[in-house]
Parts: sequence; structure tokens; C-alpha cells
Amino acid sequence: MSSLSVMSDLAPSAPRRRSILSRFLSAPAGVVSLSVVIAVIAIAVFAPWLAPHDPNFVDLASAKVPPSAEHWLGGDATGRDMLSRLIWGARTTLLGALVTIITALIIGAPAGIAAGYFGGFFDRLSSWVSDALQAVPGMIILLVVAAGTRSNFVLIMATVGAFLAPGYFRIARSTTLAIRNEPFIDAARVAGLTHPRIILRHILPGIGAPIIIQTALATGIAMGIQAGLQFLGIGAASVPAWGAMMNEGFRHMLSTPLLLLWPSAVLGITIAALAVAGSTLADVVRIRTDAPSARSSGQVTNAAPADVVTGSFAYAPEAAAVRVDNLRVRYAAGDGAVEVVHGISFDIAPGEVLGIVGESGSGKSQTVFSILDLLPTGGSSSVDGMWIGGQAVHTMSPRERAGMLGTEIGYIPQEPMSNLDPSYTIGFQLTQPLRTVHKKSRAEADAIARAVLNRVGIVDIDRVMKSYPHQISGGMAQRVLIAGAIAGRPSVLVADEPTTALDVTVQAEVLELLRELQAELGMALVLVTHNFGVVADICDRVIVMRDGAIVEASAVETVFAAPEQNYTRELIAASLDDTKGRRELDAVHAAQTAATA
Amino acid sequence: MIGFIVKRLVAGIVLLLAVSIGTFFLARAAISDPTAGLLGTTATPAQRAALAAKIGLDRPLMVQFWDWFRGALVGDFGVSWRNFQSVNKQIAIKLPVTLSVVTFATLITAVVGTAFGLIAGLRPNSLFDRIIKTVSVVLFALPGFWISLVLVVWFAIQLKWFPAVGYVPPAQSLGGWLRSITLPAFSLALGAIVVVAEQLRNEVIAVNKQDFVRTLRSRGLSRGRVTLHILRNASPAALTVLAVMFVGLLSGAIVVEAIFSLPGIGQLTNASSQNGDIPILLGITVVSVIFVVIVNFLLDIALGWINPKVRVR
Repeated sequence: MSSLSVMSDLAPSAPRRRSILSRFLSAPAGVVSLSVVIAVIAIAVFAPWLAPHDPNFVDLASAKVPPSAEHWLGGDATGRDMLSRLIWGARTTLLGALVTIITALIIGAPAGIAAGYFGGFFDRLSSWVSDALQAVPGMIILLVVAAGTRSNFVLIMATVGAFLAPGYFRIARSTTLAIRNEPFIDAARVAGLTHPRIILRHILPGIGAPIIIQTALATGIAMGIQAGLQFLGIGAASVPAWGAMMNEGFRHMLSTPLLLLWPSAVLGITIAALAVAGSTLADVVRIRTDAPSARSSGQVTNAAPADVVTGSFAYAPEAAAVRVDNLRVRYAAGDGAVEVVHGISFDIAPGEVLGIVGESGSGKSQTVFSILDLLPTGGSSSVDGMWIGGQAVHTMSPRERAGMLGTEIGYIPQEPMSNLDPSYTIGFQLTQPLRTVHKKSRAEADAIARAVLNRVGIVDIDRVMKSYPHQISGGMAQRVLIAGAIAGRPSVLVADEPTTALDVTVQAEVLELLRELQAELGMALVLVTHNFGVVADICDRVIVMRDGAIVEASAVETVFAAPEQNYTRELIAASLDDTKGRRELDAVHAAQTAATA
Repeated sequence: MIGFIVKRLVAGIVLLLAVSIGTFFLARAAISDPTAGLLGTTATPAQRAALAAKIGLDRPLMVQFWDWFRGALVGDFGVSWRNFQSVNKQIAIKLPVTLSVVTFATLITAVVGTAFGLIAGLRPNSLFDRIIKTVSVVLFALPGFWISLVLVVWFAIQLKWFPAVGYVPPAQSLGGWLRSITLPAFSLALGAIVVVAEQLRNEVIAVNKQDFVRTLRSRGLSRGRVTLHILRNASPAALTVLAVMFVGLLSGAIVVEAIFSLPGIGQLTNASSQNGDIPILLGITVVSVIFVVIVNFLLDIALGWINPKVRVR
């Protein structure tokens, strides 16, 4: 009884009709629900031939009789044949729903297309009207209309249509808007196509599927409202109607429950079938973007053999701040999984700065997230062993492992603005971990937060503590994130491209700050970057990654003086003419891959 | 923030005016001769004319409108055309019943919808998520009164846990009041719960993928605290849907009240619709839209609190 907006997030797609239909019919829910809907329509159309009796014929001898050969579903309170009344009721129900849908479609869809296509004043006005209609309790207005025309069901169902129109309006508007912004629409305009032709050729095909889905749902809603009105006694008494039958059944519920059961079941099944059909169609049309389940039983593709491990150790196990032995990362894909990091080993000494360098897709970020144990949904990692601060984290329970975060390991993300919770103040975000993880008092946490903000070079601390993330600059946000990472005094700091998203001038400052902090607090720093300039600035040792494997690992001086790999040489060359370098390198690599493939 | 509040208030008042004017003329257009419904078919033309004169139908429509509108502006909706008692008083008697049911239903929707949406959203494609999705498709489409009938048969008649009909005022017995509105409230809420849950689920999935959630985890925050961060960021869309559902609950209450024989606004609306008692219908329309405006206003304040960016706009 409220207007529908649940489907408005449906992405428009250029539907290939046949494949959608066949996919719909290959889903069991689709076949069953569609069969029920078609059956109801057929019953409604052929009611005069299907009904065994006159639905209005009163035969008091058959009043409330149980099902028999004469009356398959029994007789109602005045002895009319239940089955015949249900069959004719299908016709009433369907006609009413048809009136509603046509009205809603005629009002809602063209207005929505026009609003989405032309925008401007009409868009604002019609959107306001649509919102206003949704704010009015429709049932009350329906009863106002019914006050004058209690038996004129067409008018009443048309009014229902007016209340369902906003659902069509929204869908037509949002879908049109999405198509309108496609470049080919502008191209069509330039080519001289008129607006009506563009709408006919490009917009209408795109909104077909969403409208059909909406119609399936709206038809169910309309039938529900209609039955509700009939239940309240609205509609001509001479017309068999499911809602009216439910009312009669309700009044005789205790003596003859079947009188309530039959019409309720028929109405319920019809509405449920429409809803399932609409939802199945929506599933078929929508490209599922949900991440697949992490538990996948199938094949792992692209996996390196278990005994192939790249990389090496530079320190004794007990001397390392971080030691990673044979790390593999895989992502669920379809029924199986894809391995993206193929068994790498490396370590870092306390107080050392290790750079992990590689182009995008080389697996360097996945490596960092594995150390944190914060891989995205669908991702999972395995190791022969992993030690952080001398503790064997691979033997820990998930809870113990999570306890390492914020205390032993600190994390500095890449994109400053998207890594602060937009709903909370900076002060809250800095003090919450100190209070809940480090069990500091409110005053202590506040003092520590101010001290670290001061240390990372923020001047107006009072203002920043009270600010929300959108009120500070990107450079300042990155300093806040660094402050958050070091506030818990971790022994290992992991930074994922910490300067990439920043202006060039700010980059140098942030890098300088990181170096100072690392030296001051004696932390091991794992720095992921694609930029050898950053490596030269700050790192002691460097690991070069490509396609999920370590291709080179040595001291910084060695790498710059005599790179072992051509790939490393390219990376260094690309970093020299910094800004465009990465993109060019990616293009070069893509071309190479394409050539070898 | 103040400019934002004023803007929303003005929008609410404009809506109220539009609905009042629209409904007045809609009602008069739908009912050609109100005296027919008020007096029944046995009345003589003279009786009808007398009634028409008494309730002012013999005056020009615009004069009648202005007369009604002037009163409505100061909160006086006139007298019933049937028993000539104050519309305000009759609505005031019935309103607590409907508000009890609708408020309770809204609470149930908010709490259960949030819980289901959160559980499903944190574990997408889990068994719970798939069950919720399947059930919600059907529950959303089924009308509240259909669900009421099922609940009445099951919980009131077979299990006898709740009364099948009637209303107990809270002043008389708080427990009895709760028992009397539980089934009606759940009948209304079931459909709304799944809509709120579905909306929240999708938002939770979207927020969960955002960078700041990983960063919050990296700070060592407990799972519960991270979930609260996610919930706060995911809730605006679900709250908006909840406000839309409130309108649907008001609508649904009218039929559901008939099933549970609750002496509320729904009963009054239905009776007035049968009699063609326009002043009462208009009064009910305006009062219910006032509640919708209030709910939307509370929603806007809540959204402003949740999302600081809204405040500065």
C-alpha cells in the first residue's frame, strides 16, 4: 500500500531479450511463478466457460456445504458455488489490477522519461508531486473517493493507479537519466536525431525490463489493495470478488473455516507468484555484483606449485620484526578460486624500512593486507609461517590475531579521504581505539590524540579534533591517519602507497614525516609503492614484485646500481619521469602481455 | 542546521496545503449529492433540501471551501454532517488507538528490520541472507490484512495467545493494551520489516566494502564497535525507507483495524466513507498527513545527525 521504490536501484542494461527470457525460464522459481500467473489470467479470461455454476445463484440448501461432486469447493454462506465465485472473482481481480496498472503506467512512465530526459523545471516539479503522493496515506484518499462511488470500481482502481504511479515515475526517471548520460546519446544528438526519435530508439528499449519487473510487483500490490477495499465492503455486491469472499469467510471463520481458506489461498498464491516472477526477472536482468562466497570447494586456477616459493630471508627468525614464509593469496571466483600471490617469503628487521615495489596487480597490496589479516571479502591467505614482533601469528586464533592490530601493527592507507569514517569527528576516531583497545581513560586518550596530532605536524589541534573528515584537506587527513596508526605505538608500521593520492609538495612532507617517525619510534616500516623515487628516499631494502611473485630482493643501493631484472630497470626508468610513468609502464606491460598471449 | 530545518518545515507546510485543497475538491467531485448517502434512499426531496441547507451545500463551492479551509488553518475541522458533533473531538477519541498500533508497528519494523538487515548484510549469500531474501519477496507483496487473517487464525483462535478482537486502553491495563495491539501491529509490520531489512542489507554490504572500515579494523577495534560504525553509515537509506513505510502502515491500519475490531481512525474512516460524511474524511486526511510530515521532519533531523555533511547543506 506504499509506493514501490525498492527496484529503483536497478541498473539499466541493454537487454538481449531472448537470452533474458531463456534464463528466466531456466530458473525453477521463474517457471513455476509464471505458470501460476498465466493460469490465473487464463481462468479470468475463460471464466464463463470454466465456472460450473452461476456464481450468483443462491441455493440455500447448499449453504456452507462441504466440498462434494456437485460443489467441488463447497457452498458459501448463502449456498452459492465457491469454485464458480472464485473463478469469476479472478476476472474481477484481474480487471481491477489492469485498470490500476494502465493508469499508473500512463501517468508515471511518460512523466518519468520526460523528467529524466529533459531535466530542469519539469523534473523538479514532477519529482515533488511524486514525493508528495508518496506522503499521502493512499487508503484514506481511496475511501474518500469510495464515499461517492462505492460501486464504481473502475474509478477506485484508477485512483489506486495514481498512487502507484510514483513507483513507475521513479524507475522511468532513474533509468532514463542513466541512459541519457551515456556518450552515445550526445553522439546521436550531434548526428541530428530528434528527441522523440532518441527516446524511441535508445531510451524505451532500456527501460523495458525495469518496467516489467515493476509491473509484476505493482500488480500484486494492486490486487492486495483491491481485496482490502472489497473486504471493507466496497464494490458492487453482484460482482464476485475475492476480497468480499474473504470478508464473508472471516465472519463465518469459526463455523466454516473453508469459506475463509479458499479465497485467502487464491489471493495469496496469486500475489506471491507475481512477486516471485518479478524478483526472478530482476535477478536475471541484474548483473549480480555481490562478492562470491569465500568458502569455495572448486578448483584453484592460476596456482603456482606448492614447492615454488620466491623471495628469501635476510635475518634469523628471532631477529625479524616480520617474517613471512610461503604466503599465498587467493580469491574466490565462480565455483573455484584464483591465486594472485604465488608463495612469497621475506622478512624485515626491527627499525628497518622495506619497500615493496611493483606495478598495479603485482600482488603488493594483497601482501600487505595478508600481514594485517584484512583481505577483502572473498580473499583468503595461507602461509607456512608468519611471525610479527617475534610472535607466531599463524598459530593464533582469529581473535588473538585481531588483537595484534593497533597494538603490534599499525596501518597507513593510500587514499586519505575514503579511510576516515565520514560520520564521526576526527577526535572520536583517534580516541576510540585508545579508549577501547588500549583501555585509556577519556582524558588520557584525549591527551595522547592531541600529542600525536601535534607530532604529525597539525597546528590547530582543537579545530581538527572537532572537525569531520569532509572539513579537512587531503594532506591533513593523511597526517590524521598517520597519527592514528602510530597512536598505539606499534612495533611494525605498514603503509600502502601512503603518498600516491597527495599533491607533489605534500608527498615530500609526508614522506619526511614517515621517516622521522620510523627512526624516532624504532618501528619496522613496510612501505608499498610503485615509485622508485619513494624507495630511494626512504627505504633500506627493497622487494620487487611482479604477477604475484618476488622477482628481485636486495639493498636499495644494489637495486639502483645494478638491477638484476629488466622489469626493475623499467620500473626505475618510469619513476624518473614520475607523473606519467606508472600509466606508461602499465601500458607497456599490457602490450607485452598481449603480444605473448 | 537551522536553515535546513526551516526549509524542511516549509516543504511540509506546502505539502499539507496541497493535500488539504486537493482532497477537498476530490471529495466534492467524487460525491455528487452527499445528502443521498447521509439520509439514505428513503429520504424525500424536501428532507434532502433541508439537510443541504443546514450543512451549507446550497452555497457556492468556493464559499464552502473557504469556510472549511479557514477553520482547518486554525485546526478546526468543523462538524460531522451526520451527527453534527465536532470532527476534532471524534478524531481525538479514535486517534490513540491507531497511533498505538502504528507506532508499535513502526518500532517492530525498525528493530527487527535493522537486526535482519544487519545480519544478512554482514554475511551476504549466507543461508540467513538467502532465506530473508526469499521470504521478503513474498511478504512485501502480500497485503497487511491478508497477513492479519493468518495471524488471527493462528495466534488468536488456535493458540489463543492474543485476543482476536477488541482494544484495551493503556489506562485500563498496560498488559492488556499491549496484548490487544500486538497482532495488529505485527500484521502491519511484517511487510515493512522486509523492505527495511533489504534496504539496510544492501547498504551494509556497500559500506562494508569501503576503505574506512578496513582502517577501523586495523586500529584494533572490536567487531561490535566496527559494526556500529557500519550501521551508522548504512542507516540513512533504511531510515528513509522506514519513513515511507510509516505512510504505508497508516494506510494498512485502516483495513487491519476492521479485522481486529479496533475502534480507531480506520473504523471512523470506513464508516464516514459509507455515510459520505465529508468533514470527517477531510479531517482524517489532514491529521494523518500532519503525522507524515512530523515523521519526515524527525527523519530529516535524524539524517542530519547521522550524516554531518547534510547539516552544512
